[in-house]
Amino acid sequence: MHKFSVAELSKGLKNKDFSSVELTKHYLRRIDRSDLNAFITVTEDLALSQAREADSRLAKGNANVLTGIPYAHKDIFCTKGIKTSAGSKILDPFISPYDATLSYKLNAEGMVMLGKTNMDELAMGSSNENSYYGPVKNPWDKKRVPGGSSGGSAAAVAARLSAFATGTDTGGSIRQPASLCGITGLKPTYGRVSRYGMIAYASSLDQAGPITQSAEDAALVLNAMAGFDDKDSTSVNKDVPDYTENLNNSIKGLKIGIPKEYFSDGLDDDVAKVILQSIKEFESMGAIVEEVSLPNSAYAVPTYYIVAPCECSSNLSRLDGVRYGYRCDDPKDLNDLYLRSRSEGFGEEVKRRIMIGTYALSAGYYDAYYLKAQKARHLISEDFKKVFQRVDVIMGPVSPTTAFELDAIKDSVSMYMADIYTLSVNLAGLPGMSIPAGFSKNLPVGLQMIGNYWSEEVLLNVAHQFQRQTDWHVHLPENT
Amino acid sequence: MAWETVIGLEIHSQLSTKSKIFSGASTAFGAEPNTQACAVDLGLPGVLPVLNKEAVIMALRFGLAVNAKINQHSIFARKNYFYPDLPKGYQISQFEIPIVGQGEIEISIEDGGTKMIGITRAHLEEDAGKSIHDMYEDFTAIDLNRAGTPLLEIVSEPDMSNAKEAVAYAKKIHALVQYIGICDGNMQEGSFRCDANVSIRKKGAKELGTRTELKNINSFKFLEKAINLEVVRQQDTLEDGEEVVQETRLYDDMKNETRSMRSKEEANDYRYFPDPDLLPVDIDDELLIQIKSALPELPTEKKSRYIGEFGLSSYDAENLTSQKAFADFFESMLYEEAEAKLSANWVMGELSAALNKNQMNIKDSPISAKELSGLVKRITDETISGKIAKDVFKAMWEGQGSADDVIESQGLKQMTDITAIESIIDKVIASNSTQVEQYRSGNKKLLGFFVGQVMKETQGKANPKQVNQLLNEKLS
Repeated sequence: MHKFSVAELSKGLKNKDFSSVELTKHYLRRIDRSDLNAFITVTEDLALSQAREADSRLAKGNANVLTGIPYAHKDIFCTKGIKTSAGSKILDPFISPYDATLSYKLNAEGMVMLGKTNMDELAMGSSNENSYYGPVKNPWDKKRVPGGSSGGSAAAVAARLSAFATGTDTGGSIRQPASLCGITGLKPTYGRVSRYGMIAYASSLDQAGPITQSAEDAALVLNAMAGFDDKDSTSVNKDVPDYTENLNNSIKGLKIGIPKEYFSDGLDDDVAKVILQSIKEFESMGAIVEEVSLPNSAYAVPTYYIVAPCECSSNLSRLDGVRYGYRCDDPKDLNDLYLRSRSEGFGEEVKRRIMIGTYALSAGYYDAYYLKAQKARHLISEDFKKVFQRVDVIMGPVSPTTAFELDAIKDSVSMYMADIYTLSVNLAGLPGMSIPAGFSKNLPVGLQMIGNYWSEEVLLNVAHQFQRQTDWHVHLPENT
Repeated sequence: MAWETVIGLEIHSQLSTKSKIFSGASTAFGAEPNTQACAVDLGLPGVLPVLNKEAVIMALRFGLAVNAKINQHSIFARKNYFYPDLPKGYQISQFEIPIVGQGEIEISIEDGGTKMIGITRAHLEEDAGKSIHDMYEDFTAIDLNRAGTPLLEIVSEPDMSNAKEAVAYAKKIHALVQYIGICDGNMQEGSFRCDANVSIRKKGAKELGTRTELKNINSFKFLEKAINLEVVRQQDTLEDGEEVVQETRLYDDMKNETRSMRSKEEANDYRYFPDPDLLPVDIDDELLIQIKSALPELPTEKKSRYIGEFGLSSYDAENLTSQKAFADFFESMLYEEAEAKLSANWVMGELSAALNKNQMNIKDSPISAKELSGLVKRITDETISGKIAKDVFKAMWEGQGSADDVIESQGLKQMTDITAIESIIDKVIASNSTQVEQYRSGNKKLLGFFVGQVMKETQGKANPKQVNQLLNEKLS
């Protein structure tokens, strides 16, 4: 059963080939036997009760397409009555008293939540090694990382521990782990999916999206995720199309732009080969390919590492040990309570980014860092706007390498470079996608597709057409 | 040495919206601790602010009422600092572009003239919660009911040169926010709070002196006292050859002193930056026109109308309009067709004195506007004299009924029967022949004596005008 896509499972449930309870038990058993450390919390009882409810909806005939489908929820989304840790010690004791809008929406569809997935602490990281709950292993090679920060979600889908998973992407946290785990990940346009109840890392960059086995599944899930939320002022009140409707459009004449800056020195040769091969595949399907330039790409890493830390230094101030979450033992006074709760509660990388952000926002440095980064961000967006006057989709690599070994990258700057191709998309607020495009030494390589604002339909259509021609997305890790 | 004082005020006016500025929780005062704080107010992980439009409209009402430049594109910023009653670790405020820009307001000053006080800006922000330090021995208690209550911070230019002007300005703003219905003005509950920036400099100097900020002032009386104390302290400091330190000072009304709270060096670096959770606030012309046309008559406009239409003195008009409740009371009396000038005198005179004496609010006055009109009308139609009216007022205050009831039951109605008055006058003339002779030989001052005798005989019920007239006739 676990080899079925969401689309296939939906048909199976409707045809009574199996029940949601059977399906849920099957996945729960797989999670139980897995040693990937993909989950922080497994919500067995809740999953089974949701499955029973889904079965009764299916029996009564008032089920939606996604009713009864089991999924894994990134532990960054608040879930009422369930631990919501965001991979951090500081939130280890936190049971959310409310549901994130996304949690609420998926519940309302009648979906079954199997558990909360592991992630880099507070979404900061590209390897899932920054989790308080330990690293996640890549199902393709357990000595390697799954990518991050949505590493648990990506590993869970790649190993078919779940039919699909939710993720969040601030600088590549959906696309990069999807690429490293050989699955499909979509980061929608900023404002497409509500951020209410999603623990904020960098508010102006964070966006939730689906992590799935295929573009078709991503379309099905995005239908349930997308939409305006009056609780999120940055969500946009714009009609949500049926993302499955245009999946089968022909891509003949599609204009694809290949940014020359994305094939620079740091890119692994094998990865480059796979990407160029997949672009040829598109050409053979009738697409027109041209080289484009995003001249300010080089500024993406420094710009991101000012904007995101500035926002997170403020966003994380509420994690102070006063009202909820971790509090140090026997604080001497208020200052001691703050100092030790936060020093003991946050991990290294989170503290580093809080420090960077606090510094950059300080009096005397604000103009040189924060304001300058905002200007660079604007230039990066302008680059994309110009290119999208000429092309429909931009394509390139997601990550400069395939999955690297656990503990292999020790310094943070090298780790930051792993996101070099994904950060610009968040800075500009554009939709981006990673789809399996091939392998290098038995490790999956993802192709990144970047669309214009609100062009998720186009991305999904292009990705689906590719997946009809290729079978990279149905390859499974050994013993899956 | 001659010094001059420079004062600017920062006024926090709590906007009377039903719900908070960024959440749907109620703003009502006095609920059980932490019962009016929702997930957003508690700063739970993942929650987001949504701007309350009502608060924006109230800020715009204020801006338009002080002829301010309205920034039709304004942004919210985060002011970052750690404190347990600040749940998010930052306060959402406005920094670089406030919704209300430069404006001004006129105040009356001691010499009877007026002075324009500049308003630098007014911006929207959320209030913090309350820390309660004396509830538990080893802990501080936090009540987050107030967290997220909308505030309009009104910042003045340093245009005031003494404590009295600062009080006049604060009172003017206090009256205005109530006039335009954006704040209940309750200083006890903290709905209207003033911080004063005070500095002194040598008379005629151009440069401003080092200022201190006085906090924790919750009445106009304390505002005046605190500023005067601080001015003396700064003078002493400078005259002793020392320097004034830029710092925040707390006013202690029990000890009647100001004391240092924190110096500039200890001040936080608030690391302001635009709040990425909120969109910029864009105001279109149409909304501004709509708000402007819905503004009520403002105190200054009212004042000129009272002077022009009813012939009130500038002083009376200023007093009447300085508090909306008084102006409303006065206008209700006019609605009852009571004579304007007399009504104004009674509201500002007897009524105001009685309210003060009993420490009562005009809204709780035992004599309603309609009832006081009833009294004023009896003076106008000469049923009673102004003097008798004061007795009637006392009886009315004590709940003995309407003016007419009191006049009737106590037989206070003025004598209008000319023959009766004439016979009393004749009697008075007959029994005071010496004075009559003196009067007739030129001592006209004695008329008052005769009036007094007649009034005594009539127990004050004779119409003084009539008595004067008849006496004049009969003594000539």
